[in-house]
Amino acid sequence: MYEILKSERLVPNIHLLKIESEFIPKKARPGQFVILQADERGERIPLTLADWDEEGITVIFLTIGTSTRKLAALKEGDSLYTLVGPLGRPTEISSHREVLGIGGCYGIGAIYPALKAFQEAGSSVRTIIEARSANLFYWTDRLSRVSGEILYVTRDGSKGFTGHIDQFLKDYLKENHPDLVYVVGCTFLLYLVAEATRPFGIKTIVSLNPIMIDGTGMCGVCRVIVGGKTKFACVDGPEFDGHEVDWNVLFARKHSYFDEELRSLSFFECERYG
Amino acid sequence: MAKLDLNRRPMPKQDPKERIKNFNEVALGYTPELAIAEAKRCLECKRPLCVKGCPVEIDIPGFIKLVAAGRFLDAVRLIKKKNTLPAICGRVCPQEVQCEKTCILNKKGAPIAIGRLERFVADYEAEVGKVTIPKIEKKTGKKVAVVGSGPAGLTVASDLIQLGHDVTIFEALHKPGGVLVYGIPEFRLPKRIVDREVDYIKKLGVRVVLNFVVGMTMTVDEILKEYDAVFIGSGAGLPWFMSIPGETLNGVYSANEYLTRTNLMKAYLFPEYDTPIKIGRRVAVIGGGNVAMDAARTALRLGADEVIVIYRRSRAEMPARVEEVENAEEEGVKFQFLTNPVRYISDDHNQLVAVECLRMRLGEPDASGRRRPIPIEGSEFVIPIDVCVVAIGNSPNPLIPKTTPGLETGKWGNIIIDEATGKTKKERVWAGGDVVTGAATVILAMGAGRIAARSIDEFLRTGKW
Repeated sequence: MYEILKSERLVPNIHLLKIESEFIPKKARPGQFVILQADERGERIPLTLADWDEEGITVIFLTIGTSTRKLAALKEGDSLYTLVGPLGRPTEISSHREVLGIGGCYGIGAIYPALKAFQEAGSSVRTIIEARSANLFYWTDRLSRVSGEILYVTRDGSKGFTGHIDQFLKDYLKENHPDLVYVVGCTFLLYLVAEATRPFGIKTIVSLNPIMIDGTGMCGVCRVIVGGKTKFACVDGPEFDGHEVDWNVLFARKHSYFDEELRSLSFFECERYG
Repeated sequence: MAKLDLNRRPMPKQDPKERIKNFNEVALGYTPELAIAEAKRCLECKRPLCVKGCPVEIDIPGFIKLVAAGRFLDAVRLIKKKNTLPAICGRVCPQEVQCEKTCILNKKGAPIAIGRLERFVADYEAEVGKVTIPKIEKKTGKKVAVVGSGPAGLTVASDLIQLGHDVTIFEALHKPGGVLVYGIPEFRLPKRIVDREVDYIKKLGVRVVLNFVVGMTMTVDEILKEYDAVFIGSGAGLPWFMSIPGETLNGVYSANEYLTRTNLMKAYLFPEYDTPIKIGRRVAVIGGGNVAMDAARTALRLGADEVIVIYRRSRAEMPARVEEVENAEEEGVKFQFLTNPVRYISDDHNQLVAVECLRMRLGEPDASGRRRPIPIEGSEFVIPIDVCVVAIGNSPNPLIPKTTPGLETGKWGNIIIDEATGKTKKERVWAGGDVVTGAATVILAMGAGRIAARSIDEFLRTGKW
C-alpha cells in the first residue's frame, strides 16, 4: 500500500512524490491536503495536494527537516507508512473576472489544482511565481496551461522582477485589478502577499500550513486565530482570508519545536550517515 | 459457611520513585496465588448483585468460581462470551462504581477485586498462548461497516463477526484502538495489550482498514452503497478550550494533543521517534477527570520538575477515579483545588510563562448535581509554568455529522440515537460510544456497542428497520 510511483527532485531542495492511492483521487478537490508518515517512527505531516489521477496523488515539498528528508529519500517501489486524506475544506471555486494566483516554494506546484479549477469555472487566471533565483522555478509548462500569463519574481533578478513579492505587488496592483488573489507557499510569502493586497482591498485567500498531527480536528495543535476567533486549520481551513489571519501567532506556533527539529535532524543524520 | 475474609488482596505496583522515571505499567497484576486467594473470598451470592453493576453483564460469580478453582483459561473464556476486551476492561473500567460497588462485600468495605481478577485471567491466557477462537456462525453474506476502532467499534465488530456477518472497521489513524492507543497512556494500558486484543478480533475475521477518515475519504452515504449497515463509533475527538486569553501560546496543549504526541506518536522516545513534545519544567494540567490525571502523570514521566493539577471544584467533586488520583499523588503530582485559570501569560516570543488564576468557592449544586464553583473576587494569583495541558473535556468530532445528511445531532454535536437499539434517525445507520454520550468510559462504549450489534444483527436477519 501507498507505493511510491514517482520520486523526483524538481529543483534544489524541492521534491515531488507520486504515491499510489485507491481512495484519495476519487475524492480529492483543489486546496485539500493529505497527511503522510514516511515510516513508523516518523512524524505525521500535512502536504497540500499538487495533483492526482486514477493511479494516485502527487505532493511537492521543501526538503528541510527529518520528515521531509525521509520522504525525499524514498525511491520508486518503496512504500509510505501512512497516507490519509483528502483532508481540509476544498478551495471555494467560482467564476471570477480575474484570479491572481501566487506561488512560491512548494506552492509553485501545489497552486496548480486550484488555478486549473478557477480557469475551468470561467475565470481569467494570471500567475506570479517567486523564488530566490530562476533555477528554482518548475512546472511552468503546467502553470501556463491554466494561466493566461506567468510573471516571475526573483530576489537575485535572474528572471522577471528583481526583489520581493510585496515590492512587485505594490506597483502591479496599481495597474491591475484582480478580484481574487490566491496564494500557496511558505508562511512568510502568504504574509507578504496578504499585507500587500490589504491596502487595495482585494480578497486574498491563503493556504495555511501550521503543524498538524491527526488532521481531523482531534488534537487542536493547528489552531490559528482568524478574524479574532480560534480556528482549527485542519478542518476549518486550511484556506482562510489572509486579511483576517493573526500572523504573529501563526509564525510563533510554527516555530514551537525549532530546537527539537534541529535535534531530530542531527540525530537522523548521525543515524543514517554516521 | 466459610469465615468472612475481608482482606482484599492488593495488587503489586511499581514503586512511585521508580515508576515516574519510566512509561512501564504501574500496576503489575496478580500472581496465580494472589488471584486464587482473592477469588476464594467470593460469597457466591444466589442473586449476585455484581452482575447488575456490569454494563456488559459478565457472569462474574461464574468466572470467579473458576479462578478460585485454578481454572484460569475456563474463566477467561466465560468472560469473553460477554466481553471481548477483558485485559483492557480489567485495567481501565471504573469497577468501584460498577460491579465492585454492588458487590455485597462492599458493605464491609472490601468488595472482591473483580477488575484485578478479570485482568489476571486475560493476561494469563495471553501468556500461556492458549487464546482460542470461538465458533463463528455460518456466513450470512451481509456486510457491516464499523467507523472507528475504539472500544465501541471493536465490540460491535467482534459481536457481529461471530454472528456470521462480514465486518470491516474503518480507522482514521495509522494504528487501531482509538482512545485506547492515542489517549490512555502506556503506563496505565500497555499498547501491546491493545494490539493483542485487536489481533484477536482480526483472527475472528474482521478486516481493519487504517488511514481512512469517514466523512472525508468516503462519506457514510457512499459506504451504505456497498454495505448493509453502518455503525458509527467515532468517539469524542474535539478538544475543548476555555476561551480565555493566551490559549494559542506555545506551551499550551489540549490533552488530546499532549497525549496523542506521547502515546500514539511516542514522543517520550524522541529523538528515536520523530515527534517532539515540550518537556516542561513546571507543568499545569487544567481539569479533574481521568484524562487530567493521565496528562499530569505523563508530564512527570517526561521529566517535569513539578506538576500541578488545577481544578475549579474541590477534591470531593473530582470526576477522576479515586485510584488514579491516589496514583498521581503518590507520584508527587500537586493539586490546586478551587482554582480556575483566567488567562495565560507569555514572554516576548509567544511562549507560555505563567497562568493567572482565581480562587473559587462552592455554591449550590448545578445540573450535574455537583456544587457550582463561584469565583472569589480579587483573589487573582499567578502560577509560573512553561507547559499547560487543558483537560476539560471533548465533544464528538463533527466530521461525520456534517457530511451525513439525515443524522440528528444534539447540543454538543452528539449523534441522537434510540437508546434501546442504538439506531440513529438515518436508516441502516447505528451509533454508540462517546460520539453519542460525549466523553465517557471504555465499558459504557462497549455496552453501547453490544446493544447496537444486537439490533444490527436483527435488522440483517429480518430486513426490518
